[in-house]
Amino acid sequence: MNDRFEIPARLRNTSLALIGVGVLTLIMGAVMLLSGNDMDKTRFWAVLLHDSVFFTFITGVSIFVQAAVSLAQGAWLTAYRRVPEAIGANAWIFGTIALIVTLCIIFGFKDSHGVNTIYPWVTPGTDKILLGKKAFLNPTMFIGFSVATVALWGFFGNKFRSYSIAQESAPKNDTKIYWKVFRLSGVFLIVYGLSQMSTIPWLWVMSVQAHWYSTLFSWYNFASAFVSGMSLIMLWVVYLKNQGNLQLVTKEHMHDLGKFMFAFSIFWTYLWFAQYMLIWYANIPDETVYFKLRQHGPYSVIFYANFIINFCMPILILMARPSKRNYFTVTFMAMVIIFGHWLDFFQMIMPGPLGEHWHINWYEIGTFMGFVGILIFLVSRTLSKSSLIQNNSILLKETAVHIA
Amino acid sequence: MAIKKFAVAAYDDEDVLFPAVSKVRRSGYKMHDVYTPFPVHGLDVAMGLKETDLHIAGFIYGLCGTSTAVGFISWIYTIDWKINYGGKPHFSLPAWIPITFELTVLFAAVGMVLTFCYLNQIMPGVKKHVFHPRQSDDLFILTLELNNHTSEADAIAFLKSTGAKETSIQMAEESWWYGRWDKKEEYEALNA
Repeated sequence: MNDRFEIPARLRNTSLALIGVGVLTLIMGAVMLLSGNDMDKTRFWAVLLHDSVFFTFITGVSIFVQAAVSLAQGAWLTAYRRVPEAIGANAWIFGTIALIVTLCIIFGFKDSHGVNTIYPWVTPGTDKILLGKKAFLNPTMFIGFSVATVALWGFFGNKFRSYSIAQESAPKNDTKIYWKVFRLSGVFLIVYGLSQMSTIPWLWVMSVQAHWYSTLFSWYNFASAFVSGMSLIMLWVVYLKNQGNLQLVTKEHMHDLGKFMFAFSIFWTYLWFAQYMLIWYANIPDETVYFKLRQHGPYSVIFYANFIINFCMPILILMARPSKRNYFTVTFMAMVIIFGHWLDFFQMIMPGPLGEHWHINWYEIGTFMGFVGILIFLVSRTLSKSSLIQNNSILLKETAVHIA
Repeated sequence: MAIKKFAVAAYDDEDVLFPAVSKVRRSGYKMHDVYTPFPVHGLDVAMGLKETDLHIAGFIYGLCGTSTAVGFISWIYTIDWKINYGGKPHFSLPAWIPITFELTVLFAAVGMVLTFCYLNQIMPGVKKHVFHPRQSDDLFILTLELNNHTSEADAIAFLKSTGAKETSIQMAEESWWYGRWDKKEEYEALNA
């Protein structure tokens, strides 16, 4: 079966326009915010950190999905496996952007008092708590884990894709590559467990409030990333379907993705609540400081919006079977979920550095648009390089008759 | 609860059963049910059964569970027996969420199981007529419901033409009953 994706001029122009907006925002931000007061400077870097981390996480999910499905020998993904492959193969680019941003923050950013307001552990001074955490929270550890993560994600993301393409020219019914991918998937799950599910959210996200910690923070980050990463795959599948590609994908496959969006919204809520309730119940000042700013302070709007968008909307709209099989509802909900989890990451990162001086304004929106542009540009470029159906895959027949 | 007349056909192959089911649907005979020793994929679609509404019942049971939990706990802690737990407000919703969640799941699960049993007429101790002793072993049993105007011979001939290995006419109680198998002897007398 031949299923090539030619990038439509409209998509290319849209992505380039979005990148243009992003670059313009970055230049304007650099001119206006970097010359401003401490809060403006902090805002400049914190927003870049927020978007680059968010996009790294949601693209990295695609590699995880491939690995998990390969290991479970699932066939439901094969019909559109090229989509997570294309997203996952570009995760390292967002990772590199995040790495550059975090390194700039660690080495090139201090406010007028000589304090790093985004990563306070860089300049611990005489703070006993920060000095106590120095064994883990220090630039060497940070760079070590971050570089290893980005490199390994890049390696595995591209490896899965190149094996998948190599399968097309392999002899018919040859299972050699299939088992190679199977073994690599197991290795990647360990890598993913040690990066996305533990160290990376600690270092990149949780350490903006270095005095505070939560033991399930990384798991909660993963849930947030996973549900928006699934929504991202859904958006691409719907888009390609509308372009007339992906003939093997039926409503049954959409239903599967819809179930992931639904179920992991509930999973996210479970972790969100587990973290909240224990802190609320124990009422220890060290811990409640996290929710004081968010629930009662200047972020309460985002705090409650977060709950409504990421829990109430998915559970009510996606619960019924027909709504998971309807192109409009799943597209709408995918966009809502991605936006909702973007807000979730916003309220994880911003209160630490910015306190009450937060904005969602031209700079935040422009940066977000820029990253969306980069994502569309990279993923569509990768998608157009190979057939959209993994010909010769031993799971091809099973995926064609798949019933959700 | 009524004793009715059934034409029963036994098939020994799925590949014969599926065409037979669609022939029955086209013929105008009233299909009572198909009994198989194992779940046969796609048979519900072939028989034209409509999608179950069990999950809507589940949603309603779940809502009942949620409101029972929230209603009962909030009545206890805000009206009936106020207790100060570590300075928390009397109406402390976060602390009740786990219980509420559990009761929602419990109500939905138990309610759905009972509803499922009711819809499928299965329950411990409940009896149902068995059309063929091998329907849970190695044969697929298709049953047609006949009335006083249908010709038994035509129905049997029709079932034979669809590839049935065995056919019979049986008088049987169509739904479930609770109690003894005693009725079975009545059937045997009727069927004789």
